[in-house]
Amino acid sequence: MAVGFIILAHQDLDRAAEVAAYLARNGAPVVIHVDARTGENDFNLMQSTLSRYENVRFSKRFACDWGKYSIVRATQEAAEILLRDFASVSHVFLASGSCLPLRPIADLNAYLAEFPATDFIESVTTEEVSWTIGGLDLERFTLRFPFSWKKRRRMFDRYVNLQRKIGYSRRIPRGVEPHLGSQWWCLTRATLTLILRDPQREKYDRYFSKVWIPDEAYFQSLVRKHAVNIESRSLTLSRFDYQGKPHVFYDDHLPLLLRSDCFVARKIWPRADKLYNRFLTEQEQPLSIAEPNPRKIDRIFQRANEQRTRGRTGRRMQSRFPTSEVWSLQKTCAPYSVYEGFSEIFSNFENWLEKRTGSRVHGRLFHKAEVKFSGGVEVLNGCLSNSAKLRDYNPAAFLENLIWNTQGEHQSFQFGPADRQDITRFIASDQNARVLVITGAWSIPLLHSRMEFHRIRAIAARYQATEAAHVAILKSHDTRAEVKVWTLAEFIEDPMTILQSILDGLEPGLSRKLTEVPKMANLADLGQFVQRLKNEGMNPHSVGDIPLGNRPARKKAPPKPYVVR
Amino acid sequence: MDEDRQVSLFGKYRLRLERRRKRLRSIRKRRELTSVVNRTKDIKSDGILLFCTLRNERIRLPFFLEYYRQLGVSNFLIVENGSDDGSREFLQAQEDVSLWTSHHSYKRSKFGIDWLNWLLAKYGIGHWNLVVDVDEFFVYPFCDSRPLRALTDWLDASSIKSFGAMLVDMYPKGLLDDAEYQEGQDPLEVAEYFDAGNYMISRNPKYGNLWIQGGARARAFFGSEPRRAPALNKIPLVKWGRGNVYISSTHMLLPRGLNLVYDDSGGEKASGCLMHAKFLKTFREKSEEELNRRQHFANSHEYRAYSKGLKTSPSLWCRWSEKYINWRQLEILGLMSKGNWV
Repeated sequence: MAVGFIILAHQDLDRAAEVAAYLARNGAPVVIHVDARTGENDFNLMQSTLSRYENVRFSKRFACDWGKYSIVRATQEAAEILLRDFASVSHVFLASGSCLPLRPIADLNAYLAEFPATDFIESVTTEEVSWTIGGLDLERFTLRFPFSWKKRRRMFDRYVNLQRKIGYSRRIPRGVEPHLGSQWWCLTRATLTLILRDPQREKYDRYFSKVWIPDEAYFQSLVRKHAVNIESRSLTLSRFDYQGKPHVFYDDHLPLLLRSDCFVARKIWPRADKLYNRFLTEQEQPLSIAEPNPRKIDRIFQRANEQRTRGRTGRRMQSRFPTSEVWSLQKTCAPYSVYEGFSEIFSNFENWLEKRTGSRVHGRLFHKAEVKFSGGVEVLNGCLSNSAKLRDYNPAAFLENLIWNTQGEHQSFQFGPADRQDITRFIASDQNARVLVITGAWSIPLLHSRMEFHRIRAIAARYQATEAAHVAILKSHDTRAEVKVWTLAEFIEDPMTILQSILDGLEPGLSRKLTEVPKMANLADLGQFVQRLKNEGMNPHSVGDIPLGNRPARKKAPPKPYVVR
Repeated sequence: MDEDRQVSLFGKYRLRLERRRKRLRSIRKRRELTSVVNRTKDIKSDGILLFCTLRNERIRLPFFLEYYRQLGVSNFLIVENGSDDGSREFLQAQEDVSLWTSHHSYKRSKFGIDWLNWLLAKYGIGHWNLVVDVDEFFVYPFCDSRPLRALTDWLDASSIKSFGAMLVDMYPKGLLDDAEYQEGQDPLEVAEYFDAGNYMISRNPKYGNLWIQGGARARAFFGSEPRRAPALNKIPLVKWGRGNVYISSTHMLLPRGLNLVYDDSGGEKASGCLMHAKFLKTFREKSEEELNRRQHFANSHEYRAYSKGLKTSPSLWCRWSEKYINWRQLEILGLMSKGNWV
């Protein structure tokens, strides 16, 4: 009872030779196929280094192209030799020149002894596979592929499309059930012999010679005809990235590979000295038949593929710059809030909100003269500068950076019609933005201003127009931000309820009753102020319906700034 | 592919002409180079080459060469532009350095890039080439456990021909004048801080590259004129093909496919950083010298901004400055990415 290896090598023969020598001296016979295209010198060197092992053979060399039948031919030829020359071989393990055994051969033999009649070969019906390149699964078996996929992609695709169009389809010979799976398998002597001695083999071989990537289909399909007991998984740890290119193992993967309990891993970087030294040196260790457990490695590979295909949301960087719809979905990496009009109504709104929510509340980040960071600091997390010019140079980058740099802490800032408006579209199209607008609140500072009234009137008109344009963008049909708009009149009618609802939205499930409330500006003369604007010919519609009777509805007019109850 | 479609046929033709013009220019400019020592016969077919122009960098050279030797650079091809501090003699004695010298104008050779385009076309074709300055230190995913060859092998297997590495300006804590640098020392031990999150990116439609600005220099020197802040996007590692040319420094090159070192559908391509240890004690003297020579970009505007900025606030450090640890830190901060390299 012993395992024998077939090694298909085409480059870095020195490494393949090291592996073969290791297998041979641990009692596993090896048959090596070297690609006919590999240089004669390398081949001769390999032959001579392995000549002292009487259980190593070389099989007839074929020129192997990726995805071509010659690889199956090479495998068949090598298998014949292995079965013929080494009667003790009960299982045949197919490996490549860049494979590395991770566990002692004794382990593998003991493991296989537990399953004397089982074939370990990934064999999946074409309907079930999810990994096929170019979306070809069953069609691998029914179309013709005279053009190289790697070298003549365009012709390959065209020819496939042509065949689809005219409805061409090859007949699959009887006895072949199309299955696909990893090229790297471990079959029993019995099954492999049946496949090689099949009376129909010539017919099958002719058929498979025109199938695309037959090395992932030939044994995987025929094993279904002959095997007694198929365990549909590979004993070789071999994973592919999203482009179908095998992941490579390096020296720093050593701890990961040691813990994986896999028997053989592929593909190993040929210069990974540490891996080769460690795994090709016989270790004193107790016999183990532990099941291979590549889950941890799989998770890492999966994460890497996700990083490559989806990336980190809300981060534009030198190698991630989404220009298409992807970016318009989520522009920042975390939710944030924009308050418009609140700090005009409440004199200590920012401090109050910061204390109340424990989050960071900035002033007017888009103030024309200076970025008003929380606490008036000059530089914020990530060395973000308060220079208005730097911000205005690329406002989107500024906001993205701010949200990225302060991850884990909710950010809020104030905004109004006196600020730089360029950021509006960005905010409106950002799913993470929560925009709370009280229109017409700009009137409050004007109300308390000592400017001449005709200037106030001009500013009011400008603010109202700016704000209207801003709100129109926020309310447009393709807005992704969460937007709530009140007029000033609506808001001061019932400020407590609205504030409470805002806080509830900010921390759902944490809705404590408002106890401490912000201090409200003196709005006693607001009604008259609005009327005066009207008298000057303006229509301050954004303020809403403020009663003339110099006080907010339902409230007695206090003589001084007062606290909402 | 998508990118290419956005450029009209006429645009493509114009870029082709520009590429040819640059190549002819570099061929003409080769006359400005005099070979000091040519060891290019030692270049093996799979060698990784490093190209560099420099002037008066003697004190930095030992560590610079050692750093890149450690990574696995096999041959250095260096153009020395009128040094008088012993740089030439030092380089001449190094077994893996081929050295050219030029007394011609750095500025009129497009800041050395004409010379390097020529050398790249002559010696770099078919090789992976790093093009860096003496104060730039290439950092890539797993650079602490895998040699450069691991990266280039992976790029080859992935059919990737160019690799982006953003410039990260490094600075000391405290005054630049106190940041004394000793020969042979790792300059990142002296200038160990950087800005982590204040970079601004836009796309250059003409060449398809990203244009990155920001970092400490934009914050400290270009707050009033951000447009002039230096470009930080760099593509320093390229598998050189016949007809490739760098356009402006190593910020971009042609054909424009080589500039697409970023993913535009939401994913992250693998990328690295160039740690830029420019801001040491030597910087102030250097910037005054450069100011007088007027051999730098945009009439030395950059250096004028530096000398002005350094007079008013001679420290680049602030309380949010990040202390450099390793590439993993840069990757977590989102300055570079592993992509799908595991």
